[in-house]
Amino acid sequence: MNNTPPEKSSTSDNAFLRIENLVKEYGAVAAVDRVSLTISKGELFALLGSSGCGKSTLLRMLAGFETPTSGKIFLDGKDITDVPPYERPINMMFQSYALFPHMSVWDNIAFGLKRDGIPKNQIESRVENMLQLVQLKPYAKRKPHQLSGGQQQRVALARCMAKRPQLVLLDEPLGALDKKLREQTQLEVVNILEQVGLTCVMVTHDQQEAMTMSSRIAVMSEGKFLQIGLPSDIYETPNCRFVADFIGDCNMFNGTLVVDEPDHVVVETPECRHYVGHGITGALGMDVSVAVRPEKIAVSRTRPEGEFNFCEGEVVDLAYLGSYTTYHLKLKSGMRLKASAPNVDRHRDGAPTWGDKVYAHWSQSAMVVLTS
Amino acid sequence: MKFLTRLKNIDWGRSAVLGVPYLWLILFLLLPFLIIFKISMSEMQVSRIPFKDIITYSDGALNLRLKLGNYLFLAQDPLYILTFISSLKFAFLTTLFCLLIGYPFALSMARAKPEYRATLMMLVILPFWTSFLLRIYAWKAILTSNGILNNALIAMGVIDEPLALINTPFSLTLGMVYAYLPFMIFPLYNNLVKQDPRLIEAAMDLGATPWTAFWKVTFPLSMSGALAGSLLVFIPAVGEFVIPELLGGPDSLMIGRVLWDEMFSNNDWPMAASVAVVLILIVIVPLVILNHQQEERGASGLA
Repeated sequence: MNNTPPEKSSTSDNAFLRIENLVKEYGAVAAVDRVSLTISKGELFALLGSSGCGKSTLLRMLAGFETPTSGKIFLDGKDITDVPPYERPINMMFQSYALFPHMSVWDNIAFGLKRDGIPKNQIESRVENMLQLVQLKPYAKRKPHQLSGGQQQRVALARCMAKRPQLVLLDEPLGALDKKLREQTQLEVVNILEQVGLTCVMVTHDQQEAMTMSSRIAVMSEGKFLQIGLPSDIYETPNCRFVADFIGDCNMFNGTLVVDEPDHVVVETPECRHYVGHGITGALGMDVSVAVRPEKIAVSRTRPEGEFNFCEGEVVDLAYLGSYTTYHLKLKSGMRLKASAPNVDRHRDGAPTWGDKVYAHWSQSAMVVLTS
Repeated sequence: MKFLTRLKNIDWGRSAVLGVPYLWLILFLLLPFLIIFKISMSEMQVSRIPFKDIITYSDGALNLRLKLGNYLFLAQDPLYILTFISSLKFAFLTTLFCLLIGYPFALSMARAKPEYRATLMMLVILPFWTSFLLRIYAWKAILTSNGILNNALIAMGVIDEPLALINTPFSLTLGMVYAYLPFMIFPLYNNLVKQDPRLIEAAMDLGATPWTAFWKVTFPLSMSGALAGSLLVFIPAVGEFVIPELLGGPDSLMIGRVLWDEMFSNNDWPMAASVAVVLILIVIVPLVILNHQQEERGASGLA
């Protein structure tokens, strides 16, 4: 539904939002460091990174609250770099919402419309529409503090969409909600945004949130974009150790490249020899890392055939998580390996348990070789 | 037995803590007020104690004699009525100017960088380190006909004759605003500094210019601070005595001065006491109404 982009298009001709070499410096520190990005119309784009990576600063520059040190922002072809926030056709949903505490739900949603001098009857119908969309009609007269967290979040969403902005910014949109409500709301928000057909940039530190909600993700660290791509690209083909480690769980083997052929490579690490079923751009003898996700590792008591892609270890920890079980294996080299297996049977008879000697193995297409 | 168990159930620690302010209010507010009220109903006499007891015992009869004449006189004599009105007027003007000057002051303090705020606060408190009387006298020196201000203006050639500044409604209001300004600034600053700056950003994001954002968000949210500041200025200003005495003039009579005159010049304690009672009522009644309204608004989320 949302994991596929409208079109695979980041060419400049249908770029709706274009950021060029944007820099924001605070003193000697660059919070955002020469960032460029194009987003097409209707896209739901996520900026993902840990706190302090510059994602919020970037979002605030898009909203107009921060002036870039250098660089340009174009929206629909127009340079909006120096346009004040109240003249930008961009609306933002704030972290923990920033609803006006002295106004009712209705007045909060109508606030932006009133600023545009829209006729009263039109404001009324627009607000009613919005209330309908976020299913808050019975709460129109309430004050924000009389609403639950989830309801406040929906008011904030309605408020930032009421003016039908060209671009919606979401700052940690669901950070204040508890886990259960968050998962439910994530899809709800995406549905509403798609229903209205808005282009959206969101900021989050929660990779699960980014992957559920967005069509494309940019992983940010220290003010720079490390990788931009589809959620599946970022997860399955991370382009560096940081991204591999930041998104999901990852086992990282460090070693050297010993065979470099166009259709396969072999990486030698202290734990095992990795046969990777695709070529990479590298040179023999260079230091590389092999990343394998836990769910791509199988655990068995019998020794797999062949000489590649397995290692022996002892189960030192075992986490039963309902839908799957995570094994923590201690390898001979001392490395800890995480492997997770879906619990397809209701009973765990015969499954490896604490202290068992087991083999962890994976296929030749399960790995990603990282050079940086 | 029932009484004993009830006694046991009382949380004595809690009652003691809550009791202290009540005891304080009873001892130093309610009791003195009742004494003043009693004096206001008694008759004047020329003696060491300048009023008669309201309860007397003679010929086997207990007599309670309440004199309402002072209150009737207050209600009829135009001097008192005009003075009360003039007091309210000056207190109102003082409050208004304190609000007009104090609001931007408090706002700029609240919007200043956090590291400057302590210094700015210090500057507001600084005048309190000098005696209040001294500061009011200083205004006298500035405003008199050959005072600092007039001399400076003449020296600069702005005026030829010294302006009549001292002992006018102008000098009175100026002195009162000067003296009470901090009491407006503190509660306002306290309110404004706690406001979430993202509310302003949200308003601007939705298309409000900084000016609109202020009037639609900052200002309505600061009402409770403005109200607290206004009360802190208005209440003492109504009964102010020292500033009208030093900076006021014949056309700026205030009730505090009248009270003083009744008490110490005329030695008419009952009259002075009734003026005081009326003054207290004038201040307390609107306060109770305001408080009531605030509670209602608080209940509907407009604290």
